[in-house]
Amino acid sequence: MALGTIGGDGRTTARVEQEIFSRGRDLKGSSFKTLMFSALGVSILVLVVLIVDVLVDGWPVLTTRLGGFISGTLRSQSTDELLGISQGLAGSLWIAIFVILLSFPIGIASAIYLEEYATQGRLTSAIDIAIRNLAGVPSVVYGLLGLFLFVTTNNGESTLFAGGITLAILVLPIVVITSAEAIRAVPSSLKQGAYGVGATKWDVIRTQVLPFAAPGIFTGTLLSLSRAIGEAAPLILVGAITDRLAPRDRSIFSPEQLDDRFTAMPIVIVGWVQEAARDVGFAAAAGAAIVVLLVVVIAMNSVAVMLRSYFEKKRG
Amino acid sequence: MVRLLPSKERLSKGSRVSAEELAADVAVDAVASEQTAPTDAIIDDDMPESDLVFNVSDLSVYYGDFRAVRDVNMAIRPKEITALIGPSGCGKSTVLRSFNRMNDLIPTARVEGTLLYRGVDLYDERVDPVEVRRRIGMVFQKPNPFPKSIYDNVAYGPRVAGQKKGLDDVVESSLKKAALWDEVKDRLNESAIGMSGGQQQRLSIARAIAGDPEVLLMDEPCSALDPIATARIEELMAELKDEYTILIVTHNMQQAARVSDRTAFYSVEVDEKSDRRTGILVEYTNTEKLFSNPDDERTENYITGRFG
Repeated sequence: MALGTIGGDGRTTARVEQEIFSRGRDLKGSSFKTLMFSALGVSILVLVVLIVDVLVDGWPVLTTRLGGFISGTLRSQSTDELLGISQGLAGSLWIAIFVILLSFPIGIASAIYLEEYATQGRLTSAIDIAIRNLAGVPSVVYGLLGLFLFVTTNNGESTLFAGGITLAILVLPIVVITSAEAIRAVPSSLKQGAYGVGATKWDVIRTQVLPFAAPGIFTGTLLSLSRAIGEAAPLILVGAITDRLAPRDRSIFSPEQLDDRFTAMPIVIVGWVQEAARDVGFAAAAGAAIVVLLVVVIAMNSVAVMLRSYFEKKRG
Repeated sequence: MVRLLPSKERLSKGSRVSAEELAADVAVDAVASEQTAPTDAIIDDDMPESDLVFNVSDLSVYYGDFRAVRDVNMAIRPKEITALIGPSGCGKSTVLRSFNRMNDLIPTARVEGTLLYRGVDLYDERVDPVEVRRRIGMVFQKPNPFPKSIYDNVAYGPRVAGQKKGLDDVVESSLKKAALWDEVKDRLNESAIGMSGGQQQRLSIARAIAGDPEVLLMDEPCSALDPIATARIEELMAELKDEYTILIVTHNMQQAARVSDRTAFYSVEVDEKSDRRTGILVEYTNTEKLFSNPDDERTENYITGRFG
């Protein structure tokens, strides 16, 4: 055998090496990869700059008087010892309750009906398209709707009730879409298996569809809750208070709150950012309020992720 | 005018036969049928109508305007295995799924003709498909265990039928009948998803028989399984035949020849103008005859591998 030739057709090992060794010339591929990486980098950079910026702004407040800031109320001077976000937190909490009590059950029920009961046809696809469009309607438009439906009819008085319902309506289409998608993803083999041993439609929905779709439904609904808590524009239209709200003796959980004027975290932030032009101290308060809101939203999203993995494990 | 083959009679009467006896019986059966007249075709009026489990006449199944299969006539006898074979698209699964109204789940599906189950038209508007499926269970092509425990899988049918007591016994006896009990008795509360494909398919069978049906419909139950798991399922079918009437769709002709008493060969008719394909029942007779001496040339071509 000649030195360095293996395989019988006379090609030397060196020749084969030359043929099959990488020449590192996939320029298009590597530049595509770099481009994708840069895009990801830009997104992360923007996020980091944002978080650092609000942290720096809010740092004095967060480090010196966090407890008082959370329990405090809206004030006219940034130096006021009692300045804080308790009214904003209470308003946002109530909005969350409205979304949980109204949007979640109505939205999930609508999704179940659309996916499992409605005869699929032109009407259902028209409804599907309509709901998708509603989810894309700018939130200001929902604010206008809330203004006409719940404020004008109430002698022009803005109430927490109006704000809560408006945001519940705003996220309803999102809840329907995400729940419907989760339900659609249930494998038909599971449903057929259940029907095949004599399950009724209700049995199939109860024992197969809902348990399987639960992780997707929870994720979608909790993300829509984060959206509702972060919205400012519709609340401004239905008359949320941006400057000062008279402190009341009521507990934030008392239902009488519903007839009161109200504010919410995003509104408090907008108000303070505007006030900062007059009184620079409000910039720090706004920064601290943003950090608190971010923490709340991140906590909710983490719960969504944990619930998702819990239900995914449970369904095996 | 009952003209049953002698061994068939013994099989259905002798309630406890060992596997060896069973095998010997089948062997005798094969010899007997060769010796007796090859014209021993079994036609619909072989058995009095009152003894039939199903009597299908002029059945056509449509999906929308498309006629998937047309003019099927078949009589299904109790405690026998009837195989439905034929090339892809011949409508054999469609026919199988009309026996327990699973086609109802496809909104455009529609049935013409009559399908009598013990004399009752299954497509009478007063019939509740849920009750039908409790009596006529189904095992699917791909094992489809529910993402629940082994116990909950088997107990599913009885539970949706409202049974609350005695589930332990039902689960145990169903798993035993499905030849799965010894493998899973110590882990009934573990998820069924972790089982092997063959075990999952036997679990599907256990789940189907837990509701105490009369008929089992099996839609290519072994097509996703390896040969060893397939052999186990086939053994199991031979045992289940003592208690259940079984209809099986299979792509595997050897399987049909091995397990079934009667075989229906379906084929596809292509309309030259519209290029539409409609399934038809070409020949339906006892299995030995169909595989040894079919009446129809199309059957002959298919089983000898010249077509399909």
